Amino acid sequence: MTHQIRPASAPAQPAASRLAIADCDIHPARRSDAEFDPWLAPAWREHLQTYGARYRQGWQTGPAFPKAQPNASRRDAWPPDGGRPGSSLGFMQEQHLDPNRVALGILNPLGTGQGLQNVALSAALCHATNEWQIANWTSRDARLRASVVVPYEDAATSAAEIARRAGHPAFAQVLLLSRTAAPLGSRRYWPIYQAAAEAGLPVAIHAFGYGGNPISGAGWPSFYIEEMTSHAQTCQAGLVSLIVEGVLARLPRLRIVIVEGGFAWAPALGWRLDRAWRRLRSETPHLDRLPSEYIRSQVWFTTQPMEEPEPRAHLLDTIAWIGWDRLLFATDYPHWDYDDPAQAFPLPATASQLRGLFLDNARAVYGHA
Amino acid sequence: MPSCLAGAIDCDIHPAVPGIAALLPYLEEHWREQVVTRGVDDLASISYPANAPLTCRPDWRPERGKPGSDLDRVRREALDGFGSSLAIANCLYGVQLLFSEDLAAAFARAVNDWMAREWLDREPRLRASIVVPIQNTEMAVEEIERCAPDRRFVQVLLLVMGDRPLGKRQYWPIYAAAERHGLPIGIHAGSAYHNPPTPVGWPSYYTEDYVAQAQAFQTQLTSLVCEGVFTRFPALKVVLLESGFTWLPAHLWRLTKFWRGLRIEVPWVDRAPSDIVRENVRLTLQPVDAPPDRDTLLRILDHMQSDELLLFSTDYPHWQFDGDAALPEGLPESLVRRILIDNPRATYARLTEDAA
Amino acid sequence: MSRHVVAAAAEIPPGGRKLVTVRGRPVAIFNIGGEFFGLFNRCPHQGGSLCHGRLTGLLQSHEPGKFTYARQGEILRCPWHGWEFDIRTGQSYCEPERIRTRAYPVAVASGQTVVEGPYVAETVPVSVEQDYVVVEM
Repeated sequence: MTHQIRPASAPAQPAASRLAIADCDIHPARRSDAEFDPWLAPAWREHLQTYGARYRQGWQTGPAFPKAQPNASRRDAWPPDGGRPGSSLGFMQEQHLDPNRVALGILNPLGTGQGLQNVALSAALCHATNEWQIANWTSRDARLRASVVVPYEDAATSAAEIARRAGHPAFAQVLLLSRTAAPLGSRRYWPIYQAAAEAGLPVAIHAFGYGGNPISGAGWPSFYIEEMTSHAQTCQAGLVSLIVEGVLARLPRLRIVIVEGGFAWAPALGWRLDRAWRRLRSETPHLDRLPSEYIRSQVWFTTQPMEEPEPRAHLLDTIAWIGWDRLLFATDYPHWDYDDPAQAFPLPATASQLRGLFLDNARAVYGHA
Repeated sequence: MPSCLAGAIDCDIHPAVPGIAALLPYLEEHWREQVVTRGVDDLASISYPANAPLTCRPDWRPERGKPGSDLDRVRREALDGFGSSLAIANCLYGVQLLFSEDLAAAFARAVNDWMAREWLDREPRLRASIVVPIQNTEMAVEEIERCAPDRRFVQVLLLVMGDRPLGKRQYWPIYAAAERHGLPIGIHAGSAYHNPPTPVGWPSYYTEDYVAQAQAFQTQLTSLVCEGVFTRFPALKVVLLESGFTWLPAHLWRLTKFWRGLRIEVPWVDRAPSDIVRENVRLTLQPVDAPPDRDTLLRILDHMQSDELLLFSTDYPHWQFDGDAALPEGLPESLVRRILIDNPRATYARLTEDAA
Repeated sequence: MSRHVVAAAAEIPPGGRKLVTVRGRPVAIFNIGGEFFGLFNRCPHQGGSLCHGRLTGLLQSHEPGKFTYARQGEILRCPWHGWEFDIRTGQSYCEPERIRTRAYPVAVASGQTVVEGPYVAETVPVSVEQDYVVVEM
C-alpha cells in the first residue's frame, strides 16, 4: 500500500492525526553564556571574559559568512520571553515538540566550543555543555536525548569524556562537527571512535564548524550560499576519509550519522568510491569490502535540509539507492532551513517506509524503546 | 575498432610531455638556461602517480617512457582504437602547480608550442586545449590571445583545484577572452596543491585524492553559478573534464533549493542554477561513476533532465574501462549519437570549422 | 465572494500587521504606508507563517556586482527559508507563475458603510465612528 503524505495542494493534516516522529537534529541554545557558569572553572570564565572564544575564523562574534536570517534561525522561533531561538524549553515544547508530536528529540548543541584554537578551553566548554544538557534539557523533558559534545581536536580528552558519559541514559550519541582540522579518518581521531564503539554510542558528524581549511579544495568562496552548499562536499570528504583510512573497517560496530549535510549525494559518492577503490585497492589493503558496503551497513543520514528535485519523485530513486532504513528525519529546529514534518516529504511511500524514516530508524540507531 | 563508436569525437585524451627536456627547444633561452642550471625537475604532478593503476591502462602502458608520450601509440590506441574522427588533447603537464607567475607563463607557452609542432602538425585528427598560467590572469589572457589564431586549439584548459574558486572575478578576463574566441573553458581533474585537496585538509591516500576531485567539481560549479559567470558571459561553455557526472543531479537539487532562499545574496543569478548549468555546462563521459546495472544508469540520466550534457571521452591513457567499452551498455541509440558526435560539435564551435 | 470585517483600521497602523482568520483561513494583513494587503498565511513551500516574515524590497541585478533596489517594504520574505513573495500579487520571486500564495483584496471601509452592509463582521464589533479593515474572500 502506498499513501501520499501530503497531496501537492492540500493543507497540512492537523497535528493530532499525524505520526509521532523522531527529530534527530534539534539545537538547544544558551539564553546567555552565563548558563555554563555552574560547570566552568572560574579561571576559564575569566579567560573567556578576557580573550573570548577564538575559533579558526576571524570574527569575534558571528559566523564566517553572514547567514540567511538573524541567528540562522526561523524568524518565528524567538522565545516571547526573550533569549535566543532554542534557548527556552517551554517555547520549544509549545512551538515544536508538542504540535509536531516529537517522541524522540536528539539535541545537537552548536557553537559551544568545539574546534576552538585553544583545545584546553574547548575541552572545558564541551564538558560544561554536556552537564548543561542534562541539567537544563534532558532532565526536564523525557523526550529529549543529549549528545556527548567532545573537543575533537584533542582525541584523548574526547575519549575520556565519552567514557565518562558511557551508559548514562541521557546521552544518545557522540557529536563531532564536519569541518575538522584534518580529515575525519586521520589517526589523530581514532581514540574518539574507539571510545564511542566501546560505549555503544553512534558518532554524529554535524555539518559546520571551523577546521581552518578553506571550504573547497580551490580556496575560499565569496558567499554564504556557497558555504552552505559546500557542507555537502565537506561531509563527503569526511565520509571518504572514515572509509578509506579504515576507521569503519577496523570498528565494524561503529555507527556514523551524517547530520545536516544532505543525503542525495551518497549514492554517487559510493559509486565513485567503489570504482576508484577497485582500481587502486592495492593502496588500501586494510579495506576488505567495497567502500559503498561500509556506507550501507554503518552510516545513517539525517534528512534535513531535504533535497528538493523537480520532479520530487526523483528523490524516491535516490532513497531506494541509499536504503529506506538509513534515513533519520530531522527538522533542524529552530534554524532557518528547518524542515517541517508535515510538509518536507511530499512523496508517496509505504506506511512502513514512512514509519521508518520518521521514527523507527532513529529508534533503532539510538536504541530507544 | 568497435563500429558503434565510428566517427566519435573524443573530448578528453592525454598526450604527455615525455620529460622536461622535450620542452627545452620551446623555452626562451634564459628559461632554458635556468632549467638546466638549476636542475628543474620534470613538472609531473602527483595527481597521476607514474605507476598507479589508474594512470595508465595495462595494455596501453609503454615499456619505457610516460604513457601517452608517443604519437604513434596515441594514433593506434586512442584514435584508430575507437575509430574517433577527432580527439581533444588535454595536456596535464604541471604548469599550474608552479608558484612563479613568470615561470608558469614560460612553461605554458612551451607546452602549447610543443603541442602545435609535435602533435597537431603531425596528426590531423588531433585538436588541443590551451594551457594557461592561471597564476596570473593577465598572462593567461595573453596566452589565449597568442594561441587562439591557431584554430586547432579548441578550448582553454584549467585545473579544478587552484588558488581560488574559479567564479571569482579575478578570473573573468580569461572567460571574456575565451567567449570572444569561441573557446569553451575546460576544467580538468587535478590540483595545483596550493590548497589542501579536501575541505578538511590533506588525506592519507591517493584513492581519497582521486575521489575528492568530484567534490571539487561540485564546489567549482557552485562558484561559477553563484558568482554570475554565466550571467556575465551567457555564451560561455564550461566543460568538466574527467569529473564524473553521476553526482550532478543531487548537487543541483541542493544548490537550487538554497538559491530559492538565498538568491538576495547573488541577485544576478536570475534563473534556477539547474537551468543555468543545463544551458552552459557540459561533462565528459569517463569516468562513469555508476553501478554496472543499466537501470540505475538510465535513472541517473533521467535525473540529469537533458541529453545534451555528456560528451564522449575515453580519458586515454587513464584506466577507466577495459577493451573498447568506452560507452556504458544499454544507452538509447539516440543518446549515443548525441554523446559521440552531436554534443561535442555543439559545444566546441571550432570542431565544425574544417567540415564546413 | 463576500467582504469580511477583520479589524478596526486603527489596530493596524502603517507598518503594522495582524494575523486574522477569514472563513477559517489564516490571513496576514499588512498596512504599508496606509495601503492594506492580505496574504494567505502559509508559504506554499513548507507552510511558514508569512505574518512572521520580514517586509523587504526587491533586489535585482542584471550584472554581477551591480544592484538595483526598489519597492522597499513590498516584498515579503518567508520567516523560514527566505522565499520572497510580492505583497501585491502573492507571486514568488523565483517562480512567479508556478509558486504563489493567495493575495486577497483588502480595503478600508467606514463604520457607516460597514453597518449598512453587506459585510460579514464575525468577531469585530462595529461602530459608525470608526474605519474598518475589510477582506474580500
